[in-house]
Amino acid sequence: MNLKPWIAVLVAGVAGAASAQDSNTLSIDGEPMVTEVAAPAHVENLDTIYSGWRFRSAETQALETDDFDNPAFVFVDQGIDLFDKVDGTENKACSSCHENVEDFAGLRTQLPRVQDGELVTMENLINDCRTERMGAEPWKWSKGPMTAMTALIGLQSRGMPMNVTIDGEAAPFWEQGKELYYTRVGQLDMSCSNCHEDNYGVMIRADHLSQGQINGFPTYRLKNAKLNSIHGRFKGCMKNIRATPFAEGGDEFKALELYLASRGEGLSVETPSVRN
Amino acid sequence: MKYVLGGAFAVAMTASAAFAEEIKPTAVSFVDGTVEQSLTGQAGDPAEGRKVFANRKQGNCLACHTNADLAEESFHGEVGPPMDGVADRWNEAELRGIVTNSKMMFEGTIMPAFYVDKGYERPLEDFAGKSILTAQQVEDVVAYLLTLKEQ
Ligand code: HEC
Ligand code: HEC
Repeated sequence: MNLKPWIAVLVAGVAGAASAQDSNTLSIDGEPMVTEVAAPAHVENLDTIYSGWRFRSAETQALETDDFDNPAFVFVDQGIDLFDKVDGTENKACSSCHENVEDFAGLRTQLPRVQDGELVTMENLINDCRTERMGAEPWKWSKGPMTAMTALIGLQSRGMPMNVTIDGEAAPFWEQGKELYYTRVGQLDMSCSNCHEDNYGVMIRADHLSQGQINGFPTYRLKNAKLNSIHGRFKGCMKNIRATPFAEGGDEFKALELYLASRGEGLSVETPSVRN
Repeated sequence: MKYVLGGAFAVAMTASAAFAEEIKPTAVSFVDGTVEQSLTGQAGDPAEGRKVFANRKQGNCLACHTNADLAEESFHGEVGPPMDGVADRWNEAELRGIVTNSKMMFEGTIMPAFYVDKGYERPLEDFAGKSILTAQQVEDVVAYLLTLKEQ
């Protein structure tokens, strides 16, 4: 709960005013999802963390409860086709090496992670396969083929708890991400925390602010009718506060992604989720 | 060509005449978060201020504040306190201070400073070195807020 004194008054007056996360429970095709859990110790200023699903309207929520209704599945199907599609100089498809996409169960929950001293995201792993093993062109970070593939691979972890590593080699990246999360930027001079930690549950003009969790990415947005990457969302939020966004796939956004993933520890992976 | 140049010159003249009275963002003087002196030396226009308050590309104050006087606009935000009766709670100098740079009144607030043109990091290029509102728009908003009385 995150109630402001002035909103408590409004809630009393207007029944059903959107003033906090709702109490709905999410099951997808009958499988229950954890959308609310005690905040992990490293999230200092929150007691409870909530999936973004809890802040959406009943209509938007309903679209995620059934894969047949979830508009993101058109793109998951594209991902299935791409998985089998031969591309590049080595004459290989993803399925040439990865017999069964279901073997990727659990991967989404662990990313980003450190490999050979570098922080890598799912997009990095996919493009490493394309360039190094298939001899194919890398996919653009937030374009159709990449988001279709991250949706398909992420879906294999659906229902599993987010669980990234933040200590050891990951610690400096996590610290960098945390620093960025709390740094004010842009002409409006705001930090991620100003909206998603201090004011979640509150309306900002027509938008109901969530905690900005990333357990549902890539996300199908009704607003643009496509899958949206994590870094694409970061970029959008930065532009809204009139800040020059960091580069998609760059060190800053990867570090921020790790930090945000850790703030969602214990929430179910909901990939691919539906948002407005 | 001569005509066009002359036109541009005339515009530049008028603009600088208007600026003569105007206090630059960096020159605004605050006392305990309040700003006594008008930023333009000209009275604010409450009707204009009402528009600036609602306009998403200008004040967009409605993003964070509900305001019964703007009932015709949908989607009032709840991040800050309602604006109803705000003039009963704050005087002109206080309101000018809050709109100019609310951080001087409310430490660490999320509310943007509407009349500062530096000190923020990584602005989008189009906004770099600029304040969100002009001095006159601030005066207009303050004049509008002063009309929001309940008593
Ligand atoms: C001015 C307010 C504001 C700021 C500052 C802001 N955001 Fe957001 N953000 C929003 C709104 C509004 C939404 C859409 C509603 C929601 O999910 O909260 C959103 C959505 C998101 C989402 C999608 C959540 C979901 O469940 O789909 C993520 C992730 C996110 N923001 C991350 C960030 C990060 C990272 C930053 C800082 C770089 C940031 N935001 C800064 C307003 C903001
Ligand atoms: C992103 C959110 C946000 C925006 C945009 C915003 N405000 Fe605020 N405002 C706040 C918050 C939050 C407070 C309460 C102070 C605090 O504790 O931070 C506040 C306080 C105020 C107050 C004092 C109200 C009282 O009753 O104490 C006034 C007046 C005010 N704002 C006017 C404006 C005007 C005028 C604009 C637009 C030009 C504006 N605000 C835009 C968030 C915002």
